[in-house]
Formats: sequence, C-alpha cells, structure tokens
Amino acid sequence: MGKTISEKIFSNHCGKSVHAGELIVADIDAIMGQDGTSPLAIKVFEELGGERVINNEKVLLVLDHSAPPPNEGVANLHKLMREFAEKYRTQISEIGEGVCHQVFMERGLALPGNLIVGADSHTCTYGALNCFATGVGSSELAAVMYTGKLWFKVPETVKIILNGKLRKGVTAKDIILYLVGYFKSDGLTYKAIEFEGEIIKNLSFDGRATITNMVVEMGAKAGIMPFDEITKNFFMEIGININEGVSSDEDAKFSAIYNFDLSNLEPQVSIPHQVDNVYPISQLEKIKIHLAYIGTCTNGRIEDLRISASLLKGKKIAKGVKMIIAPASKKIYLQALKEGLIETFLSAGAVVVNPGCGPCVGTHQGVPADGENVISTANRNFKGRMGNNKAFIYLASPLTVTASAIKGEITNPLDVMD
Amino acid sequence: MIFDGKAHKFGDNINTDYIISGKYKFKSLDFKEMAKHLLEDIYPNFYERITPGDILVAGKNFGCGSSREQAPLVIKYAGISVVLAKSFSRIFFRNAINVGLPVVECNTDLIDDGNILHIDLYKGEIYNKSKNLKVELFSSLPEIMLKILQEGGLVEYLKKEGTFKI
Repeated sequence: MGKTISEKIFSNHCGKSVHAGELIVADIDAIMGQDGTSPLAIKVFEELGGERVINNEKVLLVLDHSAPPPNEGVANLHKLMREFAEKYRTQISEIGEGVCHQVFMERGLALPGNLIVGADSHTCTYGALNCFATGVGSSELAAVMYTGKLWFKVPETVKIILNGKLRKGVTAKDIILYLVGYFKSDGLTYKAIEFEGEIIKNLSFDGRATITNMVVEMGAKAGIMPFDEITKNFFMEIGININEGVSSDEDAKFSAIYNFDLSNLEPQVSIPHQVDNVYPISQLEKIKIHLAYIGTCTNGRIEDLRISASLLKGKKIAKGVKMIIAPASKKIYLQALKEGLIETFLSAGAVVVNPGCGPCVGTHQGVPADGENVISTANRNFKGRMGNNKAFIYLASPLTVTASAIKGEITNPLDVMD
Repeated sequence: MIFDGKAHKFGDNINTDYIISGKYKFKSLDFKEMAKHLLEDIYPNFYERITPGDILVAGKNFGCGSSREQAPLVIKYAGISVVLAKSFSRIFFRNAINVGLPVVECNTDLIDDGNILHIDLYKGEIYNKSKNLKVELFSSLPEIMLKILQEGGLVEYLKKEGTFKI
C-alpha cells in the first residue's frame, strides 16, 4: 500500500514500514524550546537526572516570547536557559534574534523529510519546508533531550487542494483564516494535512509558512507543503543545497480530500474571541480599532513587511491608532532596514519593536487597554491573549491590518490600495 | 485510580490561554502560585471554589491552543483530580498524561455543574451519583499512556523504563 508524506517520514524514523493508526517510537532529528516552555523542560530534564543532551547540536533554545525580559522573573528564567545551553552545548537564540520558528528555519534546522518536535504549538510552521513538525509540551521536550526519541500515533492525512486565482488584496493569511473558519478549531484534530494545488504552487515560502503556522488552529498535528523550486531556493539562500523532498505515493490512503476554488475569496477577519470565528470582510459592520499589530510567527516575515510598507508609504496611520511592527527575525529586520521599510513604518507613525513575539502573548510591548479593539496578524485572539481580558482581538492579513491602521477602522485593503 | 468529587462544568473550546494566561506562565515555575489564576479570564475566583478532589468537566476540544504544559500542571496544583471532556486537543491530552493528570473522553452532556461523580479508571467507569446514571466513555487510553499515568507521569515512567517502550 502506498504512503502519505507523514507515513514515509515516520517509517524512515522508526526503522520499519508504518501506516496511519500505528503506535511507534521514532528518532527525532531536531528540537526547539522557547522561553515559555524551556524552563519547565530544563526542570524536568534535571528531575530525570539527565547528564547529556542527545543530539545537542540540533537543540535550539530561543528567548523570544518575553524578550528582552520585562521583569526579574523572566530575566531569571532566561538566565536558566542560557546556563543550560552553555552546560549542555545546545544552540541558543538570544533576545532580539527573533521568533523561535523563524530562527529555527533560518538556521537550517528544519530539513525536508525531517521529524521535528518543538515545545510550542506553532512548531507545525516548519511543514512549509516539507518536513513533519509538531508541537509538544515541556516534559516531552525534556524526554527527547534525554532519549533522542518520542512515541507517536502515525496520523491519518487529509489532502487540501487549493485552486483558482487569488483576487487583488487577498493573501496567504486570508486562505488559512478561511480554512480555519471552514474546518473549525477541532475539525482536523490529530490529522496531518498535505497541501497542494495551483495556489500553493504559486505561493512564496513566506506565504506557505503563514498557512502551515495556523494548521494547529484546526487541531491538526502537522501541515506539510510540497518540495519544489521554492523550497530549494529557501535552502540555497541559507547556504544548504537540497535537491530532494518527500511526496506521497499515488496510491496513498487519505482520510479525506478537499478541493477548494479560492477565486472568489475576499479578505477574511477572525473576530473575538475564537480563531474559527471567521467572516469575509464585507460582512463586518464598521469596527473602530485602537491598536494594529504586524508581526509574529504567522506574519512577521519580509514579504509581510513589504506588503505593509507598500501600503503605508507616504501615508500616516489614523489619529488615535497605535501601530506596532515586530519583524520575525534579526535577518528580516536588517533586510527591512536595507529596503527602507523601517523608515516607512516610522514615518507613518508606527512603533517598530525588536524581533521576537512582540505583544502577541500578552507579556509586554503593547498590552491593550480595557475595551480596546486590536487588529493583528497573529494566530490567536482568545480573550486575554494579549494580556487584557477586557480587550477585543481581530485577526487578519498584513494588508488588512495596515489598511485598518490607515483608516482607523477595519478596512478592506482594496479601499486603500491604488 | 478511583475518584469521587464534585463537577465544575465548562463549555466547548476551553483553550490553554484561559486555563493559565501567558502573563503568569512566563514569570516563574511556581505552580502553586500560578494555580490561583486557573481559568480566571473566563471565571474570576474559580480557584477559591475548588475543594481538593473536585472534577473539571467540559465540552469538546478542551485544552486547545498553546502547548503550555503549565495548563495541566496548574489544574493539578489547584486540586482538580481528573478532567472529563467530550474531546481534548492533541497536545493538551498528551501533556496532561505526562504530568500525571487523568483525562477522560466521555459524554459530558450527562453531567451538570455541581453533580457528584464517581470515577473508576481501572474499570473504565464514570457514574453520575446526582443523576443516578452511567456516563458513556468515548475512548480508552493506549497502553503507553496508561503506563505513564500509572507511574505518576513521564518523569517516573522514564526513570523506570529508561526510554519509550511501545
């Protein structure tokens, strides 16, 4: 019987041929922990009596969710991570280097065909590079550092085929918001997703990563993109030569196949307080906004910043609106500087904060006030997510967020685009 | 693994941000202190209403969202003995077992807030004493998860076994 991408990857990592539903123990290629999850993993590793970290060079610890530290508690946890990384010779990504997932991919730690786990639910992002990557908790992160392995149930796979031609003003974020609204927050629980179709073929790496980033918002275990020239180019740019990826067999068994024609898709907005509460923008009434945020592991990449800056150029954000930009990595920040994007943001009245998670998780850098409406390019809008349970978070694309910042209310980018 | 306790009923899609807000979990590893903020964004002062041994009951997709293991940990530290839901999100489910918090998928429509429940995980039985009815189980744990749970969590399991065994 043929195999899906996931079945192939798991078979390659457990020493036997396996299919969906089987329980296995698999070797892990690389792992990631961030500052909200690593401290607990370190504690567990110590409780286990770990003396060395298996495959230490492929372990990346990242200071990003609350970095630079806003208080002594976080500062001490960061110190704990630094000391651990030094002692066990793991990789570390310092404050200001960027969001964990972006840094992990930029460092070439996620390769096609790899099996990767990270103590962050959005670890599924790396599927954009044709690997199987999924989120775990801190104990399992510690267990992988201790044993090099983890147990899995090989997931069933659904295929999502995206065809058509996207309308002006519609981007990858609108696609994934639409899919989350369609499948709902538990619609694909425990499933792996393989994406394909004309739209995926024409999507940049940055756009693909926006989509795989949010598959967990439908409950999925992983979202995997095809290997092609775009994947190859990503690796070429970071100095890695890779010519082969993993694809599913023609007779592979999928638990379902979904076909979407997205030619009529309009910009999508997820409204408070659930990610799957998604509406086409034309169905929303006038909604005033107070804070606009561009960044995160979903939409803080160079393409996102270019899109936002191209709309902002020569304009000002509306009076009464605060706009915060957080590039997803230092590399992206430097590129944005070179291209003059940062100057555009500052001239328009935005605040540019250091690479990292920014205000996404409510620890610092832009907590909204009571009753304020936020429009954000992030992936979650739960009540209290940004640190205030009396604020309201709307999720949209960088284009829609920027258009909304200019108008002071949730705005279709077409109303601002030339 | 036999539990008797009072049900605290919640709805669908209770995410891990609600269980423990990011603003607390980034600050420390003091779970006793963190437990005081359990579910406070949707149910202020919930912690004060818990008697040790109480049971948390929810609808579908409990624990969706962030991978934070602090979520099952604070539930445990708050004195909750077991969590029942119609379904769980994948990462939360694994995390709960790994920290030794029993989680069971069952028909929670048959349980109301305040009901007294008797749960026998060995026999795989849940009984709603207040309503005098059996609560139907939706799934059972794979053997490795039962083993981890029986050992009291992943640390104890790995200390005993040395590595994962299927």
